[in-house]
Parts: sequence; C-alpha cells; structure tokens
Amino acid sequence: MREIYLDNAATTKTEPEVVEIMNKVMLEDFGNPSSKHKKGVEAEKYVRNAAEIISGIMKTSAKEIVFTSGATESNNMAIFGTVQKRKRYGDHIITSAIEHASVREPFLELEKQGYRVTFVETDNNGVINMDALKAALDDKTILVSIMHVNNETGVIQPLEDIGSTVKSFNKDIIFHVDAVQSFGKLPVRPKKYQADLLSVSAHKFHGPKGAGFLYIKDGTGIEPFIYGGGQQNKMRSGTENTPGIAGLGKASEIAYSDETQMKIQHLSDIRTDFIKSLESIEGVRVNSTASDIFAPHVVSATFKGLRSEVLLHSLEEEGIYISSGSACSSNRPGLSFALSALGLNKTEVESTVRFSFSKYTTEDELKVCIEVLKEKVPFLRQFIRR
Amino acid sequence: MYKAFLLKYGEIGVKGKNRHLFEDALVRDIERVLRRVEGDFKVSKESGRIFAVAGSDFDYDEAIGALSKVFGLVWICPVVQIEDKGFKDLSANVIEYIDKAYPDKNFTFKVDARRARKDYELNSMQINEELGHDLLERFPEMKVDVHDPDVLISVEVRNMINIYSKAIRGPGGMPTGTAGSAMLLLSGGIDSPVAGYMIAKRGVKISAVYFHAPPYTSERAKQKVVDLARIVSSYCGEIELNIIDFTEIQLEIYKQCPHDEMTIIMRRVMMRIAQELADESGCMGLITGESIGQVASQTMHGLYCTNAVCKMPVYRPLIAFDKQDIVSMAEKIGTYETSIQPFEDCCTIFVAKHPVTKPRLNVIEKHEKALEKVLDDMVAKAIENVEKVICDG
Repeated sequence: MREIYLDNAATTKTEPEVVEIMNKVMLEDFGNPSSKHKKGVEAEKYVRNAAEIISGIMKTSAKEIVFTSGATESNNMAIFGTVQKRKRYGDHIITSAIEHASVREPFLELEKQGYRVTFVETDNNGVINMDALKAALDDKTILVSIMHVNNETGVIQPLEDIGSTVKSFNKDIIFHVDAVQSFGKLPVRPKKYQADLLSVSAHKFHGPKGAGFLYIKDGTGIEPFIYGGGQQNKMRSGTENTPGIAGLGKASEIAYSDETQMKIQHLSDIRTDFIKSLESIEGVRVNSTASDIFAPHVVSATFKGLRSEVLLHSLEEEGIYISSGSACSSNRPGLSFALSALGLNKTEVESTVRFSFSKYTTEDELKVCIEVLKEKVPFLRQFIRR
Repeated sequence: MYKAFLLKYGEIGVKGKNRHLFEDALVRDIERVLRRVEGDFKVSKESGRIFAVAGSDFDYDEAIGALSKVFGLVWICPVVQIEDKGFKDLSANVIEYIDKAYPDKNFTFKVDARRARKDYELNSMQINEELGHDLLERFPEMKVDVHDPDVLISVEVRNMINIYSKAIRGPGGMPTGTAGSAMLLLSGGIDSPVAGYMIAKRGVKISAVYFHAPPYTSERAKQKVVDLARIVSSYCGEIELNIIDFTEIQLEIYKQCPHDEMTIIMRRVMMRIAQELADESGCMGLITGESIGQVASQTMHGLYCTNAVCKMPVYRPLIAFDKQDIVSMAEKIGTYETSIQPFEDCCTIFVAKHPVTKPRLNVIEKHEKALEKVLDDMVAKAIENVEKVICDG
C-alpha cells in the first residue's frame, strides 16, 4: 500500500547511510571507548568524529558537545543541571508558555520544589513577547530556556534578540535553547544566540532514536545529571552509545550537506503551494502561514467541524500519516499551549492537525494528500456531533 | 519452606453426582494458571481436596498470585510437606515451621491433627497434646486457645505429612465453563470488563464482541479492548474476541435516525449482532456492563428499549452497582488502568448532545423503519467480516 509519511516532526525515517555506519560500529568497531586497547581507541574515534562534525556545523568546539540519549535527557540535564549549580545565585527561572513537555515538566517540577517560574507569553503568532521577557527578568533570575522551533506550529523564535536581551540584563543568566525541531532544517548557531546550552535529538533528522546531544558552552558550570564512570569529562557518565553517536554524526553531516539543504530550501516552496491548496478547501484555516517566522517543515491547519483524530485515522486508511497536535501530548486532550497561544479555542484546537515534512517529502505526495483531503473532508463533515 | 498448596473449594462440595466434573474443571484451571509460574507443579485430587505439589523450587508470591485468580477456590493454604520419620522429627519440623512463619510469637493457637493413616504411632488427640506441649516449651510467649485461636495449626498425616496454618482467600465462584458460555459486549470502558469477570466467576465461559468504528475509533482503542479481554482471560481462560467493523452501520443510523435516539438504536443493533454471534458460538446469553441510570441510555426506559430486541437472556451483573463500586472492582481485578486510557473519545460525535432519557419503544421502532431496507444486509456483512482474536492472558 501507498505510504505518505507527513509526521516528520514526530520522527523521521533513518537514513540508509546512518544505518550502515551504525551497523559497522555494532558488528566490527564495537569496542568500549574507555578501553585502553585498539578496539577502544577505534570506538572513541567515532565519538570524537561525531563531535567534530556537529561542532563544525554549529561553529563551536568539539569539547562542548556532550552526547545524551536524546532531547528529553538533554533538556532535563540542562535545566536541572543549571539550577543545581546556580541555586545560590537566585531562585527564579524563565521559559515560554509554548515549550515542549520535556522543558515544561522540569519547570513545573522545579516550581513544586519552590523555585519561582515565569512562563513568558507570546504574541498571536506564538513569538515570544520581548517586553514580557524583559519585564520577567530580575536579579534572582538564573535560567532562561526558550525553544528554537515549536513542534506544533513550527514558529521560529528570534533567538539572537532573546539571547542579547537576557545577556545584556545579566551575562551570568544561563540561556538554554531547545533546538530539537530546528537542527537539520535551519542554521543552528549557539554562539550567535549567546546560548550557553542547546539540546538536539538525532531521530528528528533521519538519525537513530536514543541519541542526541547537549551543547555546553565552554566554561558553563552545570552539575552533571548522571554519575558513574566519569565519561565525557564527567558530564555524562555511562558507556557512550557509540552506534547512536556515530549515527547522529552521520545524520548531522548529511543534514547539512549542500544537497539536503537544497531539498529543504525546496520544501519552503512546496510548503507554500501546499498551504494555498489547503486554504482552498472550505473551512480550513492554516495556522502557520508566514514563511519568515515559520519553519519550512511544519504546517498546522484547523479543519472546522472535524475532530483531528477522526481526520488522522481517515487519512491513515489511505496510507497518509499525520499528527493531531504534538505526538507526545495527543494522549492528553486539551493540552496544546502553542495552539492556544495562536488564539485557537478548545474546539479549534481539537480540530487542528499537523503536517510535517522531511527532505523525502515530494510535491506529488502533497498533491495526493490534498486530493484525499478534498474527497474525505466533505464526507466526514456530514457526521458531526449534533 | 513451602512445598505444596492445599486448595479448598466451597460450593462444588455440594454438587452431588456431578461433583467430579466440577473438580476436574477446577484442576484444569489450576494447571492452566500454574503453567505460567516459574516451577513445576503436579495437581491432584485427594479425598475432597486438591493439592498442587511443587516438584522444584518455585516463586511463592507468583504462585499465590496465580492461584488467587482461579474461580472456584475459596482457600489457598501453603503447606509444608515432610516424610514420616517418627513423631520427634514431626515435632521438630512443626517448631521450625512456626518459627519461620511467625516472627512474632505473641499469639494464641490450637493444633488440629488428623490421621488418614490409622497406623501412625500416635492418635489425633495425642498428636494435638504432644505438639501443643512441645510448642509451648519452645515458644513460651505462645498461648493455647482451643475455642478461638489466632492460628490454627493443621497437621495431616497421610502418605506424607502436611503442616499448614495460613490460608489466603481465593476468589470463590465456580470453575470456568461448568455453567455454559455467554457473549460479553466489551467496550473499552470501565464497566464491561468487570461485568465479564463477574459472570465468568460463576463458571461461565466468556466470548466477547467489540464494535470498532474506524476512523472514528483508533487502532489503539482496539488494542486496548484486546488488552482488557486478555486481563479478564487471566482469570477465566481463553476469550475469543469478535471485532465487528461498525462504521457503516453507525453512519447509516446517523443519517437516517433522530440524533437524540442514536445511542439507543445503536445499542439495539449491537445487541442484534451480539446475539447472532452468540448463537453461532453456542453461547446461551449476553453480558453487558449496564447499570441503571449511569448514562442516558441506561435508564429503565432505555434498558427496556434495548432489551426488546433480545431473544436470549441478557445478564447485567452491575445493574445495581454505583459507579464508584464498579471502579473499585475494576481496580481490584486489574482492568482499571487499562480502561481509563483515553483512546475512545473520538467516537463522541455519535453521541447526541442531548440524548433521549425516556425513549418509547414504539417511537424507536418507528424511527428504525428508516433503516429497514439496508440494515439486514449491513448486519450480515458486518458479521461476515468479523475479525476474531484469541485473547489469552
């Protein structure tokens, strides 16, 4: 059966070259990077190589990369690690109202522990309100965590402005960026944003699941999150996931190759066409139109009078895979801060789906998707709750 | 230290000439649950009781957990079994057993000895006295109370000698299948698995039917129902789950019938289908999780209208239960956590905002006429395309 995968913000298909290198690491170069013999040295090379590839892309230094199990670990490590280290300087931490659960939940946990938490509001596109951010900063603020690209709407935050706002207020405030949805699609430059910490996950750009990293700017003091054998400069103990790390390195290299970046450029164009076609269907509103503040791979659309899950399952019957809200929160109806920030009410949120693309997404696939929608939507609309 | 379980049953004991059938079924059920426990067990009938004897080391907690799911068992007694090496040895073993089983010796007790072998060196009364004496000498904190002891220490002299004093409550009920079989209407909710459990406990073999409505209900909702059937089957053995694709029928009802009556009409069609499936598989009744007044369709009027299409008995074990009591039972039997997974909510479009609470049968029947031409075919088609899943937890 035909398969059109438009849920790339949830996860992506693993790149064959990534699988190949991971296979090699598992079958041949399976040593423990901490071993003193040749097998260990070989394995360590993969780790070093991946760190070099990534730091080359982000224009940072290889020693600033700490490999983790993925985004949730990176975000938790950044947030709890910062607070643990810097609690004597203050008790105030700031994030936005539209963060992914792996940032929001640690903040809520810290709030329970007695920290003051400010969730900064956004404008009606979902962009951080700079005045609100400025107003939130105080002399006890120790951490600001803001995502680069939102997973539900694709809205891009002006990280340079945010970074300079935070750092000009007080350069000791730690600035963390969740770059999970942007890495691989947009340029990611922690130094430009004056970010101290930045999280990335491999499986969002054709790498393996269970691998990611946290960029920790040289000299940034955060407490480790996991203790043990002292691997990765004691920042993240535990034998390195060498196949995952090698896969992450390879996926990063491919993601920022000229060829891939061309395809992603092209995505912007086909996204624009797709949005136009969507809007031509009656009762459909696209929530993420402006191409300058929305990432090229996410389209959020509200289908008036339809429940998102029904639409999702009926596209599924045609081999088309989309998402109703963010995959991680779709089991908890009513929880969509990013969509609420766009001014959608509860019913509209429940009628909103996300199409997300990858470099493999073709114009033809999107055309088919539009045709199927044109056929299905009027049929499904006959059946609404009365 | 325990090597065996003495398993006591209740009601089966009064079954007269059919008793062996019930006992055999019970033995089969015990063997079924113990197969999944680490260890080798031999289950046997022995003068009015059942023994499960371990031929190897086994996981005690797991074994108790498994046995407490066997319908028909009233008491589960962990037993220390020893060979007959004379009374001295028996006494030493009883003392060792009591020492291990009761770290705190501050309790009253009574020894209850029985001889199946009359050639034993002491008679029952003498065993009682001697053991009581030895125990008191070794553990002075213990006290005898022959009328209402905290601990009743049973000693049975058979080919082997059994020592036991603890009894864990079994679920009661009757062995699976001894009362025939019935078709359970299983949704993903809290009530229907509990209803199935209750009827199964009376010895009824369960089949089940689930009405799936893609794309309005998701694959995960279906998986959830399979998981629920599996949990129920961990008590009553294999359940054949019939999955009916109900979408087409649902849409037709939506188009043709008044919306405030949709749920009632839908339930009537579900009953029809369940009944046909029940007939096919030799079931003698339907089981539902209905409870008076719980939702709009479960008023007396609603139940009257739903019931009117049924030709076979419909068993509604929860009919007079409050929701909270049903929830407590669901928690106890382990279905609650699965039931509350939120996967079925997308079919709410088929629930009217203001459903009728006092439907009248003649009105419902009149409105159902709109479906007359197509419904028989649709029902036949749905049954023909049934997906059968064997659930065995």
